[in-house]
Amino acid sequence: MTPEQARKSIFDVLADIAPEVDPSTVDDSWDLTEQIDLDSMDYLTWMVGISETTGVAIPQRDVSKFLTIAGAVAYLVEHAD
Amino acid sequence: MIDFLLPSLGADMDDAMLVEWLVKPGDAVARGQVIAEVETDKGVIEVECWHTGVIEELLVQPGLEKLPVGTPLARIRSHDDEPASTPTTPAGPTTRTVLTPPVHHDEPTPPVRHLAHQLGVDLTEAIGTGEGGRITRDDVHRLAVSASVTPTAPLPGDRLRTKASPRARRLAGERGVDLGTVAATGPAGMVTASDVEALAMEAGETADRGVAMRQAIARSMSRSNREIPHYYLATRIDLHLAMLWLEGENEERPIAKRILPAALLLKATALAVRQTPELNGHWIDDAFRPAGAVHLGVAISIRGGGLVAPAIHDADRLDLEETMDSLRDLVSRARSWKLRSSEMSDPTITVTSLGDRGVEIAFPLIIPPQVAMVGFGKIADAPVAADGSAVVHPVVNATLAADHRVSDGHRGGIFLTALDRLLQEPESL
Repeated sequence: MTPEQARKSIFDVLADIAPEVDPSTVDDSWDLTEQIDLDSMDYLTWMVGISETTGVAIPQRDVSKFLTIAGAVAYLVEHAD
Repeated sequence: MIDFLLPSLGADMDDAMLVEWLVKPGDAVARGQVIAEVETDKGVIEVECWHTGVIEELLVQPGLEKLPVGTPLARIRSHDDEPASTPTTPAGPTTRTVLTPPVHHDEPTPPVRHLAHQLGVDLTEAIGTGEGGRITRDDVHRLAVSASVTPTAPLPGDRLRTKASPRARRLAGERGVDLGTVAATGPAGMVTASDVEALAMEAGETADRGVAMRQAIARSMSRSNREIPHYYLATRIDLHLAMLWLEGENEERPIAKRILPAALLLKATALAVRQTPELNGHWIDDAFRPAGAVHLGVAISIRGGGLVAPAIHDADRLDLEETMDSLRDLVSRARSWKLRSSEMSDPTITVTSLGDRGVEIAFPLIIPPQVAMVGFGKIADAPVAADGSAVVHPVVNATLAADHRVSDGHRGGIFLTALDRLLQEPESL
């Protein structure tokens, strides 16, 4: 998976949860929940969606990697088949 | 025979519009089955039926009329009733009597209506030449042809001469809809009146719902502040053991089965309130009516503003995984405006968790006619005294807002103590 593909998957899933978000306004290296109105249920739904669409398992110990878009992209690139 | 009435949809909702029937006369219905959808200030709500039997007659048709709570919507024949007039046919246990609605002689048949819709023809404008003045397929075709040659002034944005029925054009003008932006479902890409209606509805719906919901919240919260003498208690709960246990539990679970701390707090609240029944119930007609079961309301914020607080039924009897499943289901349906009537009308106590937004302590207003509300702030690390020294543990501030007409601070304190104790034994939740 390329970083571009990973970023697209991440934002496709996010669009279902927070349709008002414009990906171009999101700072990839900044804490996502500080930029977007996501509660803990939204956040979990987002990670479940990413895991389902990319086939990448996200164990509990790696949840913190998903605090930023950059972290999530790097994680998917590294762990996707 | 039972009259099925429009159920109460919460303390602050007095009426609703019938959007759609999901059953028809002759259908068998079971207790708890969703049989209709109504539109309220809080979105479309699925209405459940509380009787088992067969639909004898639908008394109200979908429309824009606001129906007060208690309006008879349908007549249901329970299995104890004798069948109305139709003789029973001998057959298996699933046999039911099928009642056909009477067809008025001069009404167009469904295939003709369908054709009219496809061609974008307004049937009220058709001249019936069939038997008894009934409108036939030929009449519809004739009207469609004559309509398409009627000159119509192009609307703004309509430069490409979008093909549309006259009625669709007129409607688009009235509603300020640009015909070029309407998704056409008519034949040969023709825009029908329904297409225009659908687009206009979509645009207006979101804004209308936001306004209506704000008004519903205003009514409910004004009443709360005016009528309920609130008292507030707060306590800080050490979640060291609970979070440790939850982390271990989640380590073994796939992400889709993970349990959020919120589920733990909800379950503990549902169990704690059993010990203080005076916090669980309703204040109606100057008297407290304790509830037998614990139907735990959960405050769910709506993206873009607003709030609903539907119930998780019998929350004290669900295990943690079921609690999490219920919460997930409720949040997703609340945000897509698809809640059920029973969930809206019968919470016996409500919880609000504002921790996700960084709030440390919540001071909620009770939702009438309930008599208590529990608030949770964010779970954050803080110094805690343990065995004579200070350690850093995750803690949460739990608050109780309760109705002083029903309970006193002493009893409220017992509730918060029970909540704390339950959260120290997370494995038993």
